[in-house]
Amino acid sequence: MNYHWNWGVFFQETPEGGTFYWEILLSGLGWTLAVSVVAWLIAMIAGSVIGTMRTTQSHWLTAIGHCWVELFRNIPLLVQMFLWYFVIPEFVPPLKRWMVSTEPVYAQFISAVLCLGLFTSARIAEQVRAGIQSLPRGQHLAGMALGLTPLQTYRHILLPEAFRIIIPPLTSETMNLIKNSSIALTIGLAELTFRARELGEYTFSFFEAFTAATLVYIIIAMSANRVMARVERRVAVPGLIAMGGK
Amino acid sequence: MFRFKHLVAAAAAASLLTAPAQAQELTGTLKKIKDTGSITIGHREASIPFSYLDDKQQPVGYAMDLCMKVVDAVKAELKMPNLKVALQPVTSANRIPLLQNGTIDIECGSTTNSVERQKQVAFGPTYFVINVSAVVKKASGIKTMTELNGKAISTTSGTTAVPLLKKYEKTANIDVKEIYGKDHAESMQLLTTDRVSAFVMDDILLAGQVANQPNPGDYVIFSESLRTEPYGMMLRREDPQFKALVDRAVGAVYKSGEIEKIFSKWFASAIPPRGVNLNFQITPAIREAFKNPNDRGVQ
Repeated sequence: MNYHWNWGVFFQETPEGGTFYWEILLSGLGWTLAVSVVAWLIAMIAGSVIGTMRTTQSHWLTAIGHCWVELFRNIPLLVQMFLWYFVIPEFVPPLKRWMVSTEPVYAQFISAVLCLGLFTSARIAEQVRAGIQSLPRGQHLAGMALGLTPLQTYRHILLPEAFRIIIPPLTSETMNLIKNSSIALTIGLAELTFRARELGEYTFSFFEAFTAATLVYIIIAMSANRVMARVERRVAVPGLIAMGGK
Repeated sequence: MFRFKHLVAAAAAASLLTAPAQAQELTGTLKKIKDTGSITIGHREASIPFSYLDDKQQPVGYAMDLCMKVVDAVKAELKMPNLKVALQPVTSANRIPLLQNGTIDIECGSTTNSVERQKQVAFGPTYFVINVSAVVKKASGIKTMTELNGKAISTTSGTTAVPLLKKYEKTANIDVKEIYGKDHAESMQLLTTDRVSAFVMDDILLAGQVANQPNPGDYVIFSESLRTEPYGMMLRREDPQFKALVDRAVGAVYKSGEIEKIFSKWFASAIPPRGVNLNFQITPAIREAFKNPNDRGVQ
């Protein structure tokens, strides 16, 4: 393959002038991080609540949790992004009026964050549920025997134990979320992949652009992984979980 | 009969003798085509009427017709009448890498030939010249670009319209909010659903999008132009044999006048999928490109 590598492309000025390509990649990175962080918060909060609901005795709560998970888990992410940005506003006139009048990037950001956050919440909910259900029944019964209310049992016994167990799969979800944020380019949010494509299209240096984007994604995902690993070590309770031979 | 057999044998012998002499060593794309027995054409899915899918999901269009002329020339050149023609859909964003990595051998779509792009790929002769313009809803009453000040407009990401628009904003001292669609259909949808006031893109592509609306009369395309740009087929760089063949094949279509027929078939008659007529006449710039075939890129 006779490809003309041109790594200097990042220091070229963009066609509109005044900015350099590395700057627009950096601004893309900013949006990728912003979307990932906010969506992660939504996903963790909603996922924890829904996952916990699915382990309760209440028929209604489990049913709602079940519907939530199946709804957000069974529709392709790309389709969900399209629905949030293009379709739902057509049915909610006030929302559409707001979307038309505001800065486009706000509408894109909110659609992207909701879409990614809720999609990931369904997956986290399943992990939270699995974490709680993996605990011995005695934990729940002991809580009741101590006179704790169900809420207190969850708060002080079940959830702290369950979350420690599911940190590894949560790490995977976090890394997935960061990578999935690239789907936001389909609604025009200028995140990292969008900017890499833009750079490629203007300079035709696609391989350089995507090599840079790849490295940046690896760095972010690996950092998230390291942070989660640190959290896992910090909160570990000796003897609570089998430490895998350690 | 006996004499005829002799003739055939003589001809076969002659061709065996002369073949190595007249066909110089094949290189680049032609060698690849010869070795694999197939040529892969990159086509677009919604670049009406250049290269798009018809109601049978087959790629058709003006650029596709010209591409088939190139395929005919390849068949003749390599003496491969049964050459396999593979079709590969491409997008504005992946057409270059797919060409560079050899997935496609030639791209027949709506690609602007620019000096910047020529650093990465080569182009065949210009077959169309467009104006970058905008489409609005008639009911909006907007008539010029400057009236778009303060409004939201859509454009397709990864196209040359984006930097042009930004430059125009600076020079005309207006401020618009851009929303990027991932393809022309999506950018058009932003306009039809009133999410934006205008869609900025190459005029002929706008005409194609409008023609496919249920009520084309509701839209109007500005005559104002941000820039004119030549379209050409995209080829790999530094591949002189294939480039010469493409130039020859397309040039022959221009010279014979057959181009008029192909042009009017796509721009001035009913075209699939809905039988709409774009009513687009040959502009002086396009006429000039037919008369003096060239691959000059826009700055």
